[in-house]
Amino acid sequence: MMKKIQGAIVINEERCKGCALCVETCPFGLLQIAVRKVNTQGYPYVEQTNETDCTGCANCATVCPDACISVYRKKVL
Amino acid sequence: MTREEIIQSENLVMAKPRLMNDTTMHYCPGCSHGVVHKLIAEIIEEMGLEEKTIGVCPVGCAVFAYRYLDIDWQEAAHGRAPAVATACKRLWNDRLVFTYQGDGDLACIGACETIHALNRGEKITVIFINNAIYGMTGGQMAPTTLVGMKTSTCPYGRDPELHGYPLNITELATHLEGTAYVTRQSVHNVMAIRKAKAAIKKAFTNSMNGIGSNLVEIVSTCSTGWKKSPVEANKWMEDNMFKFYQIGDLKDVRR
Ligand SMILES: Cc1ncc(C[n+]2csc(CCOP(=O)(O)OP(=O)(O)O)c2C)c(N)n1
Repeated sequence: MMKKIQGAIVINEERCKGCALCVETCPFGLLQIAVRKVNTQGYPYVEQTNETDCTGCANCATVCPDACISVYRKKVL
Repeated sequence: MTREEIIQSENLVMAKPRLMNDTTMHYCPGCSHGVVHKLIAEIIEEMGLEEKTIGVCPVGCAVFAYRYLDIDWQEAAHGRAPAVATACKRLWNDRLVFTYQGDGDLACIGACETIHALNRGEKITVIFINNAIYGMTGGQMAPTTLVGMKTSTCPYGRDPELHGYPLNITELATHLEGTAYVTRQSVHNVMAIRKAKAAIKKAFTNSMNGIGSNLVEIVSTCSTGWKKSPVEANKWMEDNMFKFYQIGDLKDVRR
């Protein structure tokens, strides 16, 4: 069956503190804390490992305490 | 469909609230304060009260809340936020006035102000972030610390014989004539965050409509103070805090 909804997220890596609450929350396990990469705050930050399976459910952005994630969602016709 | 086609302003479903500015917050990774700040910003925006809101900051980790949300703020001395909020609301009756306080601020040094402001039925909302310790000063025991819970000032666990019992101030507030809406929420997962948002919105609506004083407790984590990772802290909160601090509406005069 064809997927009907496609999502995408944009992560503000500079605001991220790598708390990993979003990693825990993503229903598809599409996020991870970057390995051996830190931002200018000195924190490891989150990155999306798989872009195609994102549905734009916005769970990651909802739990993010630092409001680093923007979520986009589009219906596929 | 390419990523560029999805990332268009008309497809945006969630982003940093407009009222939250670009200053990076000083809170530790995973701190509940950030989530609650976000909810407050979203609600004020949804209610169209950007120019009509006065927040009162506490002393505690949230002391710098005024740096993060673009609304009017007043800083209060430790525990005195409800007294300052009383003055603001009485002087500017058409404003949304809320305090934002930690458990050390609200339930210890400010217990008197809190109880009296709520009992007088001031038309304000008190947002109470309960992480069961003094977060900012190094994780000391607070009145809200659970029996048996280890903190930097009770390293063998809170002993009621020596330290007394935890103070359930939200429960206490339900017995005060002046309170209209008293609720206890948390922000540890998506469902809880949605419910907490609805609760804060209801409290703000009551305050704007001049209906009693409103208390929203948010049972929170302090991963640094509890010496846990943010994910572990959430788990610990679910297993331990929720037994004593049960989630749900405790009083709602309008129901
Ligand atoms: C009059 C006064 N007494 C003590 C302090 C020290 N102090 C600063 S923050 C704080 C505790 C705040 O804890 P809480 O309200 O639980 O907020 P949190 O930091 O956990 O968010 C204390 C005791 C102070 N600043 N002023």
